[in-house]
Amino acid sequence: MRRALSVVIGLLLMVALWEGYKAVGNPDGTVLFGTRVLPRADDLSMPHVWDMLSRFGRPELTGGRPVWQAVLSATLFTLGITALGFVAGAAVGLVLAVAMQRFRIVERGLLPYVILSQTVPLVALAPLIAGWSGNLSFGAYPWQDWMTVAVISAYLSFFPVAVGMLRGLQSPHASGVELMRSYAAGWWRTLIKLRFPASLPYLFPALRLAGAAAVVGAVVGEISTGTRGGIGRLILEYSREATSDPAKVYTAMVGAALLGLVVAGLVSLLELPLMRHRRRVTVVTM
Amino acid sequence: MRRYLIAASLLLLLTACGTADTPATPTASGGTTPIKLQLQWFFQAQFAGYIAAVDQGFYKEQGLDVQLLEGGVDIVPQTVLAQGKADYAVAWVPKALASREQGAGITDVGQIFARSGTYQVAWKDSGITTPAQFKGKKVGNWGFGNEFELFAGMTKAGLDAGKDVTLVQQQFDMQALLKKEIDVAQAMSYNEYAQLLEATNPATGKLYTPDDFQIIDWKTNGSAMLQDAVWANTEKLNDPAYQQQTVKFLAATVKGWAYCRDNPEACRDLVVAKGSKLGKSHQLWQMNEVNKLVWPAATGGVGMIDEAAWKQTVDISLTAKNQTGDTVLTKEPTGLAYTNDYIKQALDQVKAAGTDITGTSFQPQTVTLTAGGA
Repeated sequence: MRRALSVVIGLLLMVALWEGYKAVGNPDGTVLFGTRVLPRADDLSMPHVWDMLSRFGRPELTGGRPVWQAVLSATLFTLGITALGFVAGAAVGLVLAVAMQRFRIVERGLLPYVILSQTVPLVALAPLIAGWSGNLSFGAYPWQDWMTVAVISAYLSFFPVAVGMLRGLQSPHASGVELMRSYAAGWWRTLIKLRFPASLPYLFPALRLAGAAAVVGAVVGEISTGTRGGIGRLILEYSREATSDPAKVYTAMVGAALLGLVVAGLVSLLELPLMRHRRRVTVVTM
Repeated sequence: MRRYLIAASLLLLLTACGTADTPATPTASGGTTPIKLQLQWFFQAQFAGYIAAVDQGFYKEQGLDVQLLEGGVDIVPQTVLAQGKADYAVAWVPKALASREQGAGITDVGQIFARSGTYQVAWKDSGITTPAQFKGKKVGNWGFGNEFELFAGMTKAGLDAGKDVTLVQQQFDMQALLKKEIDVAQAMSYNEYAQLLEATNPATGKLYTPDDFQIIDWKTNGSAMLQDAVWANTEKLNDPAYQQQTVKFLAATVKGWAYCRDNPEACRDLVVAKGSKLGKSHQLWQMNEVNKLVWPAATGGVGMIDEAAWKQTVDISLTAKNQTGDTVLTKEPTGLAYTNDYIKQALDQVKAAGTDITGTSFQPQTVTLTAGGA
C-alpha cells in the first residue's frame, strides 16, 4: 500500500516538474555562451502532459486504431523479446561465472574479454549480428528478425550476471570452503550447497541490472535493425512526425518507460521466493 | 556422468543451430523463384513501384516470388546485397559507389529515379534563394553520405564549407528549421518538405504553405546526384540464370512503377496497407513527388542509366568535399559499375506488351496535405 502510494507520488512529481518547467521556462530555451543549457519549453518541444494523454485516445492514423492500442501491442512485442534476451543472457552469464570460478585460468583469460565485450558500440554490433545470423536456421525454421534483437538484448544482459555472479560464487569465506572440504564434498556439491546460496545476494542486483540492459538492448536493437512490431520501431516511426504531432512521439516513449518498469517489477518478483528468509546484504556488483 | 550429460546436451544444442543451405542457383518452389529485395527504409511510397509489382502480381507473372526487406537505421542495402543476404537492393548511386570502392561487388542495373529529390529549404523571408547566400548562415545537413549534393552546391557557388558556413547536424524531423535554429535545412521533396507543410503555423493557426518557404533545388544548380537505383550482384551477373532473372525482375519492376504513375491513389493505398505509420495525405504527396522523380523517364525508358547524369554523379563524388574534407570516391569506379544491358531487354519486353515506359505525358497531381499528414 505504501509502495503504491509512493509510486503515485513519484509520478505526480514528474508531471509537476514537467509542467512546472513549461510554465516558467523560456519557450526558446536558455542559451549560455552559445550552448543550450535548458531545453525549449514551447509546445512543440515539450507538449503538455494532458496532450500526450489525450493523444493515447485518438487514432494513430485517420480511421486507424487508437494510439494506446498500437503502443500497448508494440510494448508487449518488445517485452517478449526482452524476456527471451534476458533469460538467454542470464543463462550465459551464469555458465560463464561458474566456469570462471571453477578454473582460475578461464577467469584470467575470459574476464578481460567479457569486459571488453561491453565497450563495443551497439550500432556497430547490430548490423554485424543481423548479417551473420541471416543464414542461420533451426532445422526447417529460418532465422527471424526478432531473434537478432533478442541476441543483442542477451549480449547486453549477460555481462552484469557474469560479473556479479562470479563475485557471489567467490564470496564464501575460506572457512566455509574448508569445512566443505573436510566433509569430502566435491566441487559440484560445494557449488550447490555453499557457493550458490552464498551468491544469491549478489545475483539479484546483477539480475536487475541485466533486466535494464535487456530492455535497452531490445529497444536499440529494434531501432538499429528496423525490426517491425516493437516499441523501438514505433519510437522511430512516431519521431518522424515530431514536426507536426509532437505529442505522438511521447506516447511511444511512455510505452518504452512502461516496458522498463514492468521488466524491473518482474525481476524483483523473482527475488521474493528465494530471498524471503535471508538477511539483506548490501553488495557491490561492479 | 552428469558432467558428460551436460556436455552432450550442449553439443546437441550447438548442432541444432546449423546453417541453412544457400543453393548457388535458386531452386524453384511451386514454379516460382524466391527473390529478396532489400529496401533502404520502412515501407513508404518511395518504394511504391516494388510494392505494387508484388501486389499486382507482376513479379509472379515473371515466375518470381519477391520478398521485400525493410531497411533500418543501421541496415546498408548495398552491403546486404554484397553479402548475399538479398538478391537485389535499392540504393542511392553515390553511397553504393562508395561501398563499391570498399570492395562491394555490385552493379547498377536499373536507374529507377531519373533525378534527385534533395532540397535545401529556407524561410521565404530570409531572402535566401541561392547557395551563394548560405555564406555566414547555419546550414543543416544529415551527414552519413546524404550531404554531398549540398557540399557540391556550396563548392560550386564558391563557398568553403569549412569556413564560410556553420554546419549543423540535422535530425529526422524539421523542428530545427521551424524554430529557426538553422537557416537552411536539408529535406527530401517527398518526405521532410511535406512534414513542413503538415505543421501548424502558430502565427496563423493554419498549416504552413509553400509560400512560407524557399526551395533550393540541386537539380537546377547542377549539383544533383543520381538516387534510387536497383543494384545487382556483379559476380552473379556472369551466370546466365541470374542474367535472365535480372531481366525478369526489372521488367516486373518497370510495370510496377508504370502502374503507380497511372494509379497513384491505388498505390498510396497499397503502401498504407503495408502498415506504414505515415498518414494517407503524406503518402499521396510522397507518391506524387516520387512519380516526378521517375517520370518522365530518361531517354529509352524508365531505369535506363543516362550517361551524362551518371558522369555528373561520379564527378561530384570525386570532387565535392564535405566538412571533414572527404570525397565520396577517391578514384573513378572500376569494373562493371553500371550496365544498361538488362534494363534494355526488360524495357523491350514491357513495351511490346503495351506499357508506356517513358511517361512523356505524365502530369503530376496537386496534393493537399492535411495536419500531421493524416
